[in-house]
Amino acid sequence: MPKDNTQTDGGIGASTLRREDIRFLTGEGMYTDDIQLQGQTHAVFARSDVANGVIKSIDTSVAAAMPGVLAVFTGADFAEVGGNPAGWLINSRDGEPMKEPKRPVLAHGKVRHVGDAYAAVIAETRAQAMDAVAAIEADIQELPAVINMADAVKGGSLVHDEIETNVCFDWGWIEDNRAATDAAIKAAPHVTTLELVNNRLVPNAMEPRASTADYNKGTGEYTLYTTSQNPHLTRLLISAFVLGIPENKLRVIAPDVGGGFGSKIYHYGEEALVLAASKKLKRPVRWTASRSESFLTDAHGRDHVTKIELACEKDGTFIAFRTETMANVGAYLSNFSTVTPTFLHGTLMAGNYTVPNVYVNVKAVFTNTAPVDAYRGAGRPEATYSIERVIDMTARELGMDPVELRRMNFVKPDQYPYASAAGLEYDSGNYDRQMDKLEAMIDRDGFEARRIESAKNGKLRGLGLNAYIEACGIAPSNLVGILGARVGLYDAATVRVNATGSLAVMVGAHSHGQGHETAFPQIVADMLGIDPESIEIVHGDTAKIPFGMGTYGSRSLAVCGSAMVRATEKIIVKAKKIAAHMLEASDADIELVDGQFTVAGTDKSVSFGEVALKAYIPHQYPIEDIEPGLEETAFYDPANFTYPSGAYACEVEVDPETGKVTIEKFAAADDFGNIINPMIVTGQVHGGIGQGIGQALIEQTSYDSDGQLLSASYMDYAMPRADDMPFYQVNHDDGTPCTHNPLGVKGCGEAGAIGSPPTVVNAVIDALQRGGKNITHIDMPLTPSRVWDAMNAKGV
Amino acid sequence: MYNFEMTRPSTIADAVKALKEEDAQALGGGQTLIPTLKQRLAMPSILVSLTAIGEMQGVCMSDAGEVCVGGATTHATVAREATAYPGLAAMAARIGDPAVRNRGTIGGSLANNDPSACYPAAALASGASIITNSREIAADDYFQGMFTTALEEGEVVTEVRFPVPEKSHYEKFVQPASRFALVGVMVAKYADGVRVAVTGASESGVFRWTEAEAALSANFTADALGDLSLDGDGMIADLHGSGAYRAHLVKVMTGRALKAAI
Ligand SMILES: Cc1cc2nc3c(=O)[nH]c(=O)nc-3n(C[C@H](O)[C@H](O)[C@H](O)COP(=O)(O)OP(=O)(O)OC[C@H]3O[C@@H](n4cnc5c(N)ncnc54)[C@H](O)[C@@H]3O)c2cc1C
Repeated sequence: MPKDNTQTDGGIGASTLRREDIRFLTGEGMYTDDIQLQGQTHAVFARSDVANGVIKSIDTSVAAAMPGVLAVFTGADFAEVGGNPAGWLINSRDGEPMKEPKRPVLAHGKVRHVGDAYAAVIAETRAQAMDAVAAIEADIQELPAVINMADAVKGGSLVHDEIETNVCFDWGWIEDNRAATDAAIKAAPHVTTLELVNNRLVPNAMEPRASTADYNKGTGEYTLYTTSQNPHLTRLLISAFVLGIPENKLRVIAPDVGGGFGSKIYHYGEEALVLAASKKLKRPVRWTASRSESFLTDAHGRDHVTKIELACEKDGTFIAFRTETMANVGAYLSNFSTVTPTFLHGTLMAGNYTVPNVYVNVKAVFTNTAPVDAYRGAGRPEATYSIERVIDMTARELGMDPVELRRMNFVKPDQYPYASAAGLEYDSGNYDRQMDKLEAMIDRDGFEARRIESAKNGKLRGLGLNAYIEACGIAPSNLVGILGARVGLYDAATVRVNATGSLAVMVGAHSHGQGHETAFPQIVADMLGIDPESIEIVHGDTAKIPFGMGTYGSRSLAVCGSAMVRATEKIIVKAKKIAAHMLEASDADIELVDGQFTVAGTDKSVSFGEVALKAYIPHQYPIEDIEPGLEETAFYDPANFTYPSGAYACEVEVDPETGKVTIEKFAAADDFGNIINPMIVTGQVHGGIGQGIGQALIEQTSYDSDGQLLSASYMDYAMPRADDMPFYQVNHDDGTPCTHNPLGVKGCGEAGAIGSPPTVVNAVIDALQRGGKNITHIDMPLTPSRVWDAMNAKGV
Repeated sequence: MYNFEMTRPSTIADAVKALKEEDAQALGGGQTLIPTLKQRLAMPSILVSLTAIGEMQGVCMSDAGEVCVGGATTHATVAREATAYPGLAAMAARIGDPAVRNRGTIGGSLANNDPSACYPAAALASGASIITNSREIAADDYFQGMFTTALEEGEVVTEVRFPVPEKSHYEKFVQPASRFALVGVMVAKYADGVRVAVTGASESGVFRWTEAEAALSANFTADALGDLSLDGDGMIADLHGSGAYRAHLVKVMTGRALKAAI
């Protein structure tokens, strides 16, 4: 349905400037912390400074009597309410369900990571609440902390005593393929083995988490303003699992949200605490995380320790991928912590390749660290990194060109739909075409000349190239249900035409940086032939929008956008009936072109606006046949994932004296299917690659053996800055449309973060190898000291 | 943050008087102190801001040809105005980011003596004089280890006098997160010899690399460092690098500073 990508009338394909930026860039955004309520009070949390400990006693009497203090809560106050559940049940290889220790609102009995909240004070001012928190006397007996996953799996000190192990599950995918994969690897002429770490990341959304609860004693209704990527899911979790507030009495509003990257998908205990406190005090209760609290308690990302083997024929034909991974889930199961290292990781372990055997084993491990969950890319970056690193290593061992090795194993355009050995059905793609484009973009032929130039300046230059495939718009509900999902994965949109012809579109997706308010109207405007400026997107308020599942996994356009298309199609059907009545013609003869309903083959027409007005002022209206009004809702449950793919290239210089890596060039050729707003897509790719470069080069989350977070502020946790990034070359033209959603779109939000870490690391290893260093792998982040250490290790 | 009073005197004398109050503390640009207060790691009763004291502002030349910087002068001002000492101006221009440079002061930096800060290296390599409300302290006596200086309680750095070298350069290798110096080396060549000061590296704070000074005083050329090297023992080791790495970087940064100075 989309037209070509160069349309400039503000519809599909136009690089319309983001309308939301006007308020964001002029300080007019309305974030949770900006919302000030009459009579509001302030919550501050008492957080554990030890990683593992038994709570012997908590004496709150002094704190409770301090000036301005209104209430003090401890874990005991929530012992009777439910835990915050995992959204996905994973079964171990032996069929046993995963271990699911309770995640309470406040820690009770035990604290399990530094930052774990065990009490909260509500006071008239934040300073009073902080003073009272300091006066809480908690007797916490410190226990040995379990930090390292290799130690954790051995048992010893336990994170959760009641489950008697630190292993949450031991998952095999696909378990029936295990024996065949083992046998294939045993018989293979060549096997490359790589042990690697996918480093833990702190999400660092610009806006810290914040929640304000407002209980109305007149109506018994709660309103929760919160930094959420999915207000309906948050409401569902609080209602059905944690506090039992009836859904009809709980309204969740996620207003402007300043970045999420996954960390705001989940329900956190602070949300439940402010709700319960507001009910008790009959006053609004607010909380905003400090940056230190964000570091310690936002769900972190990645943190896999992996061994991957690639078996192939002597000519490079792939035979099997086998992976053993330990995935850190931290101290508690965050909502999607169990699906991220399994179905979002293991199912991608065939990559872009026609490999016949794939087997993935993942052990999820509890440790005394912050919970780990989905972070931009969620499982797919881990898969891509393992695959694309081991392929580079294989190419080197076989003496083959790394691009040729990939090309000879790519799934080819005539093979779609392609059933991968890891259980997915890829619907479309053209990996060779992307690779062709990429090699031209990066000027691969000119690399050697550039390398010689770098060498003259004492620098080692290297080039890394790789492919990636990912899976977005996780679905369909029926299938994910079989696989253990406890939620559906559809989305919903309501299109409301106003009497004067403007529109409000209420969507289940949530925009927290993605630009939905600009891109979504482009679609509806295109379908109706009207001005996008006359369309408003409404999101983030359970009282206003239909029940949708929010935004993560690059699903908004593919899933919610498709729902919006379906709802708009219903609008068109009804509007045509009204127009037919007005034009005294039959529905079937009505055409909608450029906002005019015309009787085919005549010059008789009415405008979209006239039809809208007629729908709401139904005089001389066939009320027996057509309801008044023009408003339609659609729910859309996709038939399959979408499969964005691409090829990335990076050129680096390594300073052999200091180990410092600088990125000289970066090119990305992506296939996102059809494109709605190319400028926004480019921005998403830039941001994603920026995060990938951050992971590859500088972002380092480090706990010491006692479980203290060493990188707990920006003094030690390096975020990529503008001058860490190159000018990107980005191209996403000529995509292969998704075959199963009405827009033919695939999703672009995470690709950059998925495809780029191996590109950067491959480039650095290439530079070191060309510089005569026998280095085959360095774990991320490739900080100057790590690279220098590797270069100066014995035998290199 | 805890509650505190705040005063903004306009003379050094008033500031010194105000600092005699119990738990009073000087406030320069606040780039270190304010974050410390926010984390409730300090609890002063009164902050005595030094930024309104005219006699502590600005850059000028003394009769002896020294560049004199008022104790409350910001890094941005030094970067812009210390043109007589380009090595110093260039050092100041690379501290932090624009916001930090427009607030942070030389007095605050030297009083704090962060082991990764840049100014201590510049002051030590220049053999600067640190002038306070009560005395003059030679840089060689002033720095006494990480976060430790010769300053007494309530003593205010009012001015810093830098003898101007013939040639100089500060070379900084940034720590990726904070962008303070993972290792920073200032090389300054005077008529009577070369001084080399190193920040970021040692557990004892800023120090002079005397072997390098001797070698460069004898022969101020790019390869004069020869096979001189430092030991990793006593060097800071943390998640940004080992002691051995820092020791190595000192050599590399000294060589680069030297090249740039020549
Ligand atoms: C993001 C960031 C990046 C930075 N990067 C760098 C860097 O790259 N290199 C670098 O060198 N520094 C860096 N800094 C430090 C900064 O440059 C300041 O020099 C430093 O924070 C202290 O100066 P201030 O004027 O802000 O002092 P304040 O924070 O106001 O005070 C610091 C201490 O000095 C005392 N004090 C202040 N002025 C005087 C005085 N005149 N006499 C006596 N005592 C005084 C105060 O009582 C306090 O104890 C950075 C800071 C930040 C926040």
